[in-house]
Amino acid sequence: MKNCEYQQIDPRALRTSTTRTSTNKNVRVRRKWEVFPGNNRFYCDGRIMLARQCGVLPLTIGLIFITSGLFFIFDCPFLVHNLTFFIPVIGGVLFVFVVITLFQTSFIDPGILPRALPDEAADIEKQIDNSGSSTYRPPPRTKEILINDQVVKLKYCFTCKMFRPPRTSHCSLCDNCVERFDHHCPWVGNCVGKRNYRFFYAFIVSLSFLTSFIFGCVITHLTLRSQSMNGIIQAIKESPASVVELVICFFSIWSILGLSGFHTYLVASNLTTNEDIKGSWSSKRGEESGNPYTYNNIFTNCCVVLCGPMPPSLLDRRGFLLPDDAPQIVTSDTELPHFVAKNDTNMCTQGTKELLESMAHSTVIQSTCAPDTPKTTPVPQESLLRTVSITVSPSSKSPSTGCSVCQARCPIDAPCSQRGNKQAALHTHKPMLRVSSPPYSLGHSPIILSDTPDMGFIPLN
Amino acid sequence: KETEFMIRSECSLRHSASLANKVFIQRDYTDGTVCKFQTKFPSELESRIERTLFEDTVKTLNNYYAEAEKIGGQSYLEGCLACLTIYLIFLCIETRYEKVLKKISRYIQEQNEKVYAPRGLLITDPIERGMRVIEISVYEDRGSSGSSSGSSTTSSSGR
Repeated sequence: MKNCEYQQIDPRALRTSTTRTSTNKNVRVRRKWEVFPGNNRFYCDGRIMLARQCGVLPLTIGLIFITSGLFFIFDCPFLVHNLTFFIPVIGGVLFVFVVITLFQTSFIDPGILPRALPDEAADIEKQIDNSGSSTYRPPPRTKEILINDQVVKLKYCFTCKMFRPPRTSHCSLCDNCVERFDHHCPWVGNCVGKRNYRFFYAFIVSLSFLTSFIFGCVITHLTLRSQSMNGIIQAIKESPASVVELVICFFSIWSILGLSGFHTYLVASNLTTNEDIKGSWSSKRGEESGNPYTYNNIFTNCCVVLCGPMPPSLLDRRGFLLPDDAPQIVTSDTELPHFVAKNDTNMCTQGTKELLESMAHSTVIQSTCAPDTPKTTPVPQESLLRTVSITVSPSSKSPSTGCSVCQARCPIDAPCSQRGNKQAALHTHKPMLRVSSPPYSLGHSPIILSDTPDMGFIPLN
Repeated sequence: KETEFMIRSECSLRHSASLANKVFIQRDYTDGTVCKFQTKFPSELESRIERTLFEDTVKTLNNYYAEAEKIGGQSYLEGCLACLTIYLIFLCIETRYEKVLKKISRYIQEQNEKVYAPRGLLITDPIERGMRVIEISVYEDRGSSGSSSGSSTTSSSGR
């Protein structure tokens, strides 16, 4: 809590700053990529982009080029002579496929969402601000919506100053929110998201074919050579490069094939790595849980993920910065009063823990969420509900399932209050709320508690 | 280009009016991740424009976005062709999405000219705001005291 100073954005202060005129008329007009706030590198005047930490991309490129090069130089002549000339042709096609899809995965915008401008952020702030006090940092905010009868929580991104769309996640390495975030791949040096997932999938599938093909050809080569040389040792001495290729391919095949298989499963069920790892839609959390984005048909899922429409980049990297636009971009250098945005997850978990403590041990729900001194006895469900000004109908089966009490009759803009204990987590994925948008309100509503660390709160007055 | 039109419109409005407020129409995610904006009429515009005109604009925009993201025969054809050419075809031809985005920007320009600018409003193309919001700038005549910015703080609590 102490590492984050939270201040309300004042749009009036922003507007006065736009009247500043640039005094230096000789400043070259800059393109938007030059002031991009995320952790990315740009080349070719904004046409190519990479993550700042490009990871082991040089190693990936090096391994592919070296292995393929050795294959074409040392193995292909023997195989062309003894088998067929199609071998280097197939190898060449696969190699070109691999390289092109790798570059497309690494160098394009993965689906980065540009950060909200200060006016927008201020507007959202006004909507969800509880007390208006600038001294106390509000707890992290979420918004619940219903997609295909499935409750989905949208989190507020403190860095990008907006509610993340569904399936969007903030990559801490690149410091960007990426749509349909899959994972940040160090091997390609970029995030894998909505726009480059199909290239990534094509890359790993074609790479598995390439490594298997090279592996098979090298084995064939050494076998044929050892037959003619009457000894494997002699064959290896004649063609030492083949051993290098064998070793590289042998170790790569396991991981690449495994990865291809895993991603084929993800594509067929329209999941992302992020959702699969977090278990967002796994059945452990409740029977009604399920992926709301799937079409329940493997073929349709594959077609949608791999052959769906290609959305354009939202970044406009090569657009020119207008003189008026320059102060509007929310960067860490601007002098406007804005949030000191730190790591989202730290803030979320810290706020969650503090609020859990205060909620579990206090009998009165306060809209300002001031932390109370912790007591030892947890508050029973019924007393929590009594202090809340929503009407609920007691349809619960057991008190430990928390929010099931209010699921039937909650007003549409009042999410349920829950006990701050582990059993509350059981029902959080049940499609119990039919909320209109925006589902949070500034009316009289309780504060939502959730026990799992990645769920936030909706501070409501 | 859209940006130039926006600048010209803004400049022409600014000569006689000043920017009083900005209203943001947020995304509606109830249908999933498809691009769709809320059609709820914001209270700040109640005195400025008729509800039906506003809703028509937003619904037409939503239809355009649905058309861009539609999954059907043409998008599969485009996707398969792209896959066969190792996606290099994207360097040469314009995707259907981009074509629809151009239609959208022409539509917004036309709406601004015919409907919104005469009422002292200006719509910003959502693509310029990362498809997060439809930003509607509200202008006040310089002659008035320009005190409408205060109304947004109280009216936004009703959402």
